[in-house]
Amino acid sequence: MRITFPYMGHSHWVFRQLLSELGHEPIVPPRPTKRTLDYGTRYAPEFACIPFKVLLGSYLEAIELGAEAVVTTGGVGPCRAGYYAPLHQRILADLGYDLDFIVLEPPLRNLKDFYRQLRKLFPPRIGIGKLLGILSRAWVKLNAIDYLERLSHQIRPRELEPGRTTKVFEQCLELLGAATTVSEMKAAREEGRRLLAEIPVDREKELLKIGIIGEIYVVLEPFINHNVQILLEEMGVLADRSIYLADWVRGNALIPGEKDIKRAARPYLKELVGGHGLNSIGETVLYARRGFDGVVQLAPFACIPEIVAKSIIPAVSSILDIPVLTLFLDEQTGVAGIKTRLEAFVDLLWQKKRKGAGAQWKQVTLA
Amino acid sequence: MEAGYLGIDVGSVSTNLVVIGPGTEVLASVYIRTQGDPIGAIQRGLKMVAEELGDGIEIKAVGTTGSARHLAGVVVGADLVKNEITAHAVASIHSVPEVKTIFEIGGQDSKIIILRDGIVTDFAMNTVCAAGTGSFLEHQASRLGIPIEKFGELALAAKNPVRIAGRCTVFAESDMIHKQQTGHRVEDIIAGLCEALVRNYLNNVGKGKELLPPYVFQGGVAANTGIRAAFAKFLGFEPIIPQHYKVMGALGVALLVKEEAERRPGFVTAFRGFAASELRYQVGSFECEGCPNRCEVVNLRMEGKNLAYWGDRCGKWSNLS
Repeated sequence: MRITFPYMGHSHWVFRQLLSELGHEPIVPPRPTKRTLDYGTRYAPEFACIPFKVLLGSYLEAIELGAEAVVTTGGVGPCRAGYYAPLHQRILADLGYDLDFIVLEPPLRNLKDFYRQLRKLFPPRIGIGKLLGILSRAWVKLNAIDYLERLSHQIRPRELEPGRTTKVFEQCLELLGAATTVSEMKAAREEGRRLLAEIPVDREKELLKIGIIGEIYVVLEPFINHNVQILLEEMGVLADRSIYLADWVRGNALIPGEKDIKRAARPYLKELVGGHGLNSIGETVLYARRGFDGVVQLAPFACIPEIVAKSIIPAVSSILDIPVLTLFLDEQTGVAGIKTRLEAFVDLLWQKKRKGAGAQWKQVTLA
Repeated sequence: MEAGYLGIDVGSVSTNLVVIGPGTEVLASVYIRTQGDPIGAIQRGLKMVAEELGDGIEIKAVGTTGSARHLAGVVVGADLVKNEITAHAVASIHSVPEVKTIFEIGGQDSKIIILRDGIVTDFAMNTVCAAGTGSFLEHQASRLGIPIEKFGELALAAKNPVRIAGRCTVFAESDMIHKQQTGHRVEDIIAGLCEALVRNYLNNVGKGKELLPPYVFQGGVAANTGIRAAFAKFLGFEPIIPQHYKVMGALGVALLVKEEAERRPGFVTAFRGFAASELRYQVGSFECEGCPNRCEVVNLRMEGKNLAYWGDRCGKWSNLS
């Protein structure tokens, strides 16, 4: 089958490999652009959230490339994401595209359904050994991508030549993308590590530490969040993202995880409020405990789980003394408003950090 | 020659310039309309500042702020480009050192800045709605045929302010028209609008924040006595209007760049001089065809030479400058 999937951050490198090893033709949707957004906003309900619109747009772009089926995930709890797949399927059908949707619900909820859905992806007669091999190679690749990305986030705020890390990391992705066996992937990972380590950096530079939390799609997809992590890093901030895909898979699909996050949230919120609402609270608490200077919350405009989290965050923020900036994201493509708020937030955090040293307003940087 | 430090704030509605002297005294201050032409406004502003200053002042450093701060920075040759939230806070602390809450209402945006002990601890900006901004007030004033300068005076003459929906400009406007058509006096409608604007601003931008006095109210809308009165009514305290309330962004960035320049021994400004008001700047834009993003790239030229590009997502053009 010619199968497409949601475009989210760097994950397409893994899905591409997984699907082709399973004997399908992966149709990688183009990286989201204004065109994707145009498609999405034209055919999605006006009140739908931005991840829904971008995904719809990218399915349409994948259809242009010949996609016949979509593999995607479902969701649990009071969040619209659980209805994404059936709604996307109906909208596409109304437009005249009859696509098969393979929806993977969290396996720990209903193992049988998960298996039934997954079975559609497997070739009819496949040995368990061969299958495990395919899955483990995808897992190794996913972890290698996350490893190198994490490394790039350590280096970028200290880079001496602006933009260098971003270029080298693109190179790392190409290397990993081309690797097909586990040993090639390990070699690519090592080569990537070496390339990143060679970037000239300022080791003495004093950095702020900011955690990035929020709804998974807007956190992971730079097109929607205007590359907020890189913007912060280029302002001299060590920006840590709460969600990496490998961790998310581990905590939500393989073993019941994220217990520490839920435990951390408990004094403020005990209920699952859908989406990543509970995580946003728990992660803010954890970042405060780890001594971070601040937190940036990313939320799709009108996302209920994140609105619930946002209304609880002022209490967390004042009790644990950690400033939080919330950015609601929608279809705006202008980045100026986001930059203004991030810059002001960074100023605020420097002031707070240096208050003890009595150095007010000394952190201004020359343009 | 006495030293002067120039701050330029290019906002959506107004462009403000301030020059301060070695003792932070304001030597010149200009407030003009941007009128959709930021470069033209900067050049007009520079000319007016030069006239106001006369001879005997040498500009030692220049800072820019406001939504067109990067453009302004390239045009004049700025030493510091700073976001308007920080610039406004600096000017406010300078004018009223004990300030705990700043209300700033400008043309397209409105913000609340919370301070404790002279340190910014929290801020918020309107994100999705223009209901609490100067542009909306102006639009309504012109619809009613009232000069914006008379707006506040009329609001104060109201006997029974009517209730206007303030959540959304569309709701507010239809509510206003409805009340006007049923025969309410224009003063009462205007006063009702002032109250709706302040109510919406405090509930929306100020949501979840501890708003403690002293309050400083600044930005172009602070000139409006009707809005001032509505703030006093809701908060139970008169907000303080600083002397230079209209040009606080420019003042703030002038203060910041002065401090920065004085801290660096041997500092030399990048300022192109007041002659920049005579230079020929040209902006052009084109759609980049490098990828389906089709970014609208802006190109700034000075006297026929390429100065800068911006507007691209990937850095292909902006890295050239």
